[in-house]
Amino acid sequence: MSVDLATVKRVARLARIAVSEDEANRMVGELNGILGFVEQLSEVNVDGVEAMTSVTPMAMKKRSDEVTDGGKAADIVANAPVTDHNFFLVPKVVE
Amino acid sequence: MSELTSLTIAEARQKLRAKEITATELTEAYISAIDAANGQLNAYIKVTPDLARLMAKNSDARIAAGKAGDLEGIPLGIKDLFATVGVHTQACSHILDGFEPRYESTVTQNLWDDGAVMLGKLNMDEFAMGSSNETSYYGAVINPWRSAGSNQQLVPGGSSGGSAAAVAAHLCAGATATDTGGSIRQPAAFTGTVGIKPTYGRCSRWGTVAFASSLDQAGPIARDVRDAAILLKSMASVDAKDTTSVDLPVPDYEAAIGQSLKGMKIGIPNEYRVDGMPDEIEAIWRQGITWLKEAGAEIVDISLPHTKYALPAYYIVAPAEASSNLARYDGVRYGLRVDGKDIVDMYEKTRAAGFGKEVKRRIMIGTYVLSAGYYDAYYIRAQKVRTLIKRDFELAFDAGVDAILTPATPSSAFGVADENLAADPVKMYLNDIFTVTVNMAGLPGIAVPAGLDQKGLPLGLQLIGKPFDEETLFKTAHIIEQAAGRFTPAKWW
Repeated sequence: MSVDLATVKRVARLARIAVSEDEANRMVGELNGILGFVEQLSEVNVDGVEAMTSVTPMAMKKRSDEVTDGGKAADIVANAPVTDHNFFLVPKVVE
Repeated sequence: MSELTSLTIAEARQKLRAKEITATELTEAYISAIDAANGQLNAYIKVTPDLARLMAKNSDARIAAGKAGDLEGIPLGIKDLFATVGVHTQACSHILDGFEPRYESTVTQNLWDDGAVMLGKLNMDEFAMGSSNETSYYGAVINPWRSAGSNQQLVPGGSSGGSAAAVAAHLCAGATATDTGGSIRQPAAFTGTVGIKPTYGRCSRWGTVAFASSLDQAGPIARDVRDAAILLKSMASVDAKDTTSVDLPVPDYEAAIGQSLKGMKIGIPNEYRVDGMPDEIEAIWRQGITWLKEAGAEIVDISLPHTKYALPAYYIVAPAEASSNLARYDGVRYGLRVDGKDIVDMYEKTRAAGFGKEVKRRIMIGTYVLSAGYYDAYYIRAQKVRTLIKRDFELAFDAGVDAILTPATPSSAFGVADENLAADPVKMYLNDIFTVTVNMAGLPGIAVPAGLDQKGLPLGLQLIGKPFDEETLFKTAHIIEQAAGRFTPAKWW
């Protein structure tokens, strides 16, 4: 499988990365290089093989549903580019 | 002062306890060494001298009070991937511009709880994506090693290039690092240092900036095998904050050093002989086999038939997980924001400006292989191949093999800004051909220096162990270290 310019632009949109025409053109070649490299996986017979979900066999850890931490709104917004009264600010989404 | 920075962790520990030196003297020696060298090596992207002096002073007080921890007063460098309270933590990316976390990673907290001193944050490939440390927003790290008679700048490997260079140049006593496809072992091999990636689940991932969550593991880079064992014992823990942290007590790894190899079976996988591999790599591998045989181990040929598929499977699984993990960098909660005409425009412009080329490339690949219609063909198939890779190892271990010996890398360190590598991303990816299998199978792997090539550059061997059997790796790597000796670059900086 390989990608064309339109696919690269669609994927960039899905990934929320703005790309220029030049960058998109360059990425077509680069991504096809990588996709060509991973293509060799199609040689492997994977009939009846289970897809790996956890590299170390383990049961999911559980904990009781209780508050163990909190009251840190100021810490949480401390690194945000734009805040107001412990809220994150973003451009207007709804008119 | 240079005498103090030449001490290993084990040696410094002994002198600190005997009160022959103080943590403050040791820390000052490292701060001076960093001041003198960092302009040329670029190993540290943030030095924290005031914090280091304060931590050293507290260590001296604890030593005086007879309350010294296992790493009391030992100055360490920390890869920029680990969250450190109030200190630069950006995974060497522009998108985390100005990020200073309000929390501490479990791994670094474990080190501070044992008395270690932080010298600063170390350079790395952006988001740990790279094999040369050249994708860092803060520029390349220069390997303290040079080819004999040459001034050419060489890379220290990556992604933990700052960690490896700082340890090799004696700009810290030891360093934290992380390994997703070889990012501890490849730079260790390129700099003549020892690096271990423990079993997946041994070190908590909490507070470590995520790249590919099913593959990422923290581990140390150190000057020798014993120091690596001392550091891993402190870094590893059982952590309720990481659901993949495994509930097993942390052994005293140092106690394994010096044990005999008699009765051990070492597997030699035929599939690790690859086309175009330099004769010197093959020779050092044979040398390693001889050393282990002489130490009493039995050498057996084994087959790991799916080896060649590990790297292509990795380049589906790792970018897929990265594209998901890196979705959080949107200009809202932390780091860089580039304003746009609406929220989507802001996201797209922020991510375009904040991520470097290699990171964008991997997010794009990951987004593509996870997109509708391609998920089964790429991602599910890669995860099935991953099952087969792991099974290869399980069959070898079931047949009685205790550890596997391979080369660590297919070459020694290469030049900065290598045009051949820059032109083709896949060529750079091939650096991890011997190390990536270990991440795909979740196993522990250690890189230990084994000799120098004709250019006078270090070459490493890799030992791969059973899950949670890091002790066997330390014991076996120590035998190689004793036979090969230790390697230090000639100082030019």
